[in-house]
Amino acid sequence: MDSDDDFMSGVSSEEDDVLQDGSDNEDGSADDFGFDEPEPDLGYSQKETVQKKKKSFDTTFTVYHPEDIQGQQDDLIDEVNMILDLRKEDVAILLRHFRWNKERLIEDYMDRPKKVLEDAGLGPSTSGPPKLEAIPGFMCDICCEDEAGLLSFAMKCGHRYCIDCYRHYLAQKIKEEGEAARIQCPQDGCKRIMDAKSLDLLVTADLQARYHELLTRTYVEDKDQLKWCPAPDCVNAIECGIKKKDLDKVVPTVVCDCKHRFCFGCILADHQPAPCELVKKWLKKCADDSETANWISANTKECPKCNSTIEKNGGCNHMTCRKCKHEFCWMCMGLWSEHGTSWYNCNRFEEKSGSEARDAQAKSRVSLERYLHYYNRYANHEQSAKLDKDIYQKTEKKMIQLQSASGMSWIEVQYLNSASQALQTCRQTLKWTYAFAFYLARNNLTEMFEDNQKDLEMAVEALSEMFEKPVTELADSKLKVEIMDKTSYCNKRRVILLADTADNLANGDWDFNIDIASPTSRREGPPDRNLSRYPLIN
Amino acid sequence: MATNFASKRLSKELSKINGQLPPGIALVKAEDFQEWLLDIKVLDQNPLYLNQTYRLKFKFSPSYPIEPPEVTFLLCADRPIPMHPHIYSNGIICLDLLGQQGWSPVQNVESICMSLQSMLTGNTKNERPEGDQQFVANNRRRPRDIDFYYHDNTV
Repeated sequence: MDSDDDFMSGVSSEEDDVLQDGSDNEDGSADDFGFDEPEPDLGYSQKETVQKKKKSFDTTFTVYHPEDIQGQQDDLIDEVNMILDLRKEDVAILLRHFRWNKERLIEDYMDRPKKVLEDAGLGPSTSGPPKLEAIPGFMCDICCEDEAGLLSFAMKCGHRYCIDCYRHYLAQKIKEEGEAARIQCPQDGCKRIMDAKSLDLLVTADLQARYHELLTRTYVEDKDQLKWCPAPDCVNAIECGIKKKDLDKVVPTVVCDCKHRFCFGCILADHQPAPCELVKKWLKKCADDSETANWISANTKECPKCNSTIEKNGGCNHMTCRKCKHEFCWMCMGLWSEHGTSWYNCNRFEEKSGSEARDAQAKSRVSLERYLHYYNRYANHEQSAKLDKDIYQKTEKKMIQLQSASGMSWIEVQYLNSASQALQTCRQTLKWTYAFAFYLARNNLTEMFEDNQKDLEMAVEALSEMFEKPVTELADSKLKVEIMDKTSYCNKRRVILLADTADNLANGDWDFNIDIASPTSRREGPPDRNLSRYPLIN
Repeated sequence: MATNFASKRLSKELSKINGQLPPGIALVKAEDFQEWLLDIKVLDQNPLYLNQTYRLKFKFSPSYPIEPPEVTFLLCADRPIPMHPHIYSNGIICLDLLGQQGWSPVQNVESICMSLQSMLTGNTKNERPEGDQQFVANNRRRPRDIDFYYHDNTV
């Protein structure tokens, strides 16, 4: 990289101007792939050094505002327009057809220009530039109007309709169907695509605006490395070079200029350190019934003969299945007849007939307990995250109170704000560490992870406690120092935890008890069973 | 303006239809510009539809022909619903031509009738679409609001 830049700056000035546009673009895309090798980035360019030192779990990304997105499209169109010598409107259609892959478009066009034009909906041309015309003897095939002087329009395919019908048609496509990039000629079977210039000639200003908005939308949606910020009312897009196949190695958290933190891989809110696939599985597990099934196996037994599911809600251990009238012992699941007279005192624990059922039940119970352990902690932090807004407002109020109580200035109470922010980000991270840990196999790495998790958890709890203290105590300068220390400690512990997990993820060192690479989700948990919930007669 | 638009086109279509229609297609009722009835017959010897006449109901919106008309088979005393893997037993037709994506404003009542004739002519399967019973029992939507999935171009 460095040598490339040096080379560029060494080139004579006339050439520099010509190359400027192109090289900017190249740098942009090369940058995106630098995420897994942070070292060479140091001192690589002016912009990079201004930024804080890059951490291993940070992702390189760029935020684009609407005007940037439009500018990018225009630049690409200009560039291809110069190389291929086609009308700009046609270049735009071609680029959209090739999903903005400029290189492939140019290559394919050089090989087979006719086929490329045909496929993109720019078939053979029969007339000149777009204009409205009144043609004598013309009858519109849509409205059957044929009065003299009727204004009509045809694209290069030559299919001519009156201006009224064209307007109706385009309004329908843009307004009702939300179509823009692929509006075809109204003629049945004609694949000719409506270009921006012809459209601007035909429709009203509000429709034009909507059309261009839709076009921009398809630009972002067509490019894999671009995504819209999912925050409500946010109009920015984010560019990030992380590929889908890398998502088992990296958690690409990005921050929009609107402050929204989200994962570029799955658009969900920031879920570091857990990788996307794990998050997907975890959320599904929390939402679906797989743990209900575990509850059933932990709290019910099946009749050893007919397998009806039974929940015992009282009574003695002598069970008689309502369905098949099988008599058995609830304790050992063995035949009741083998119990002889030792009622209520099952001493047959070691007998084989019941041991299998007991094993299965114990397993379910452990599995359920394990899940609930992680889920409760996850849900706890999620709950706190939901109160984010409250906390923020509370903090502001507290800061004002503190200013009047202690005579501190606005800038002197800002430490409360940073403490509140640290609490929120750390809670968000902690929340996902529990989903992450749920899927980890037991080994040394996991133990280290849990130690890190414990450290962060304890620090966050301590900070939270201090933060909640009444204003009178907060005015004490000793507590202020403590809070500031704890805040920076929390932030540091979070960075350590995230760096550690991200490094191990990148190296593939984690041992998961699920496959986090496969995008196909399998159904977990046992299949549904018919339940009969009757207590048995005994 | 919008109503004018559809009416003008439909009145032109009507005068053309009153003049001449292709074989196997007959106009039954066209008293206004909202709903028309037509009868169609299959002209070849396809045993599935031999000696049968089917009734079609066309419903036009004010934005016809920019929007496709709603076309269904209508069950009457001597007019059954034709057996076809893309025609539900309540008369709803799954045909891309009648959806927004496949529709072209150049199409008209006559061309739709001819397309349906050929759709029947080409069919050899004496069956209803998959899930017909359930669809017919549960569907309360109008055909234009149903998201058909056009997957099968063979029939």
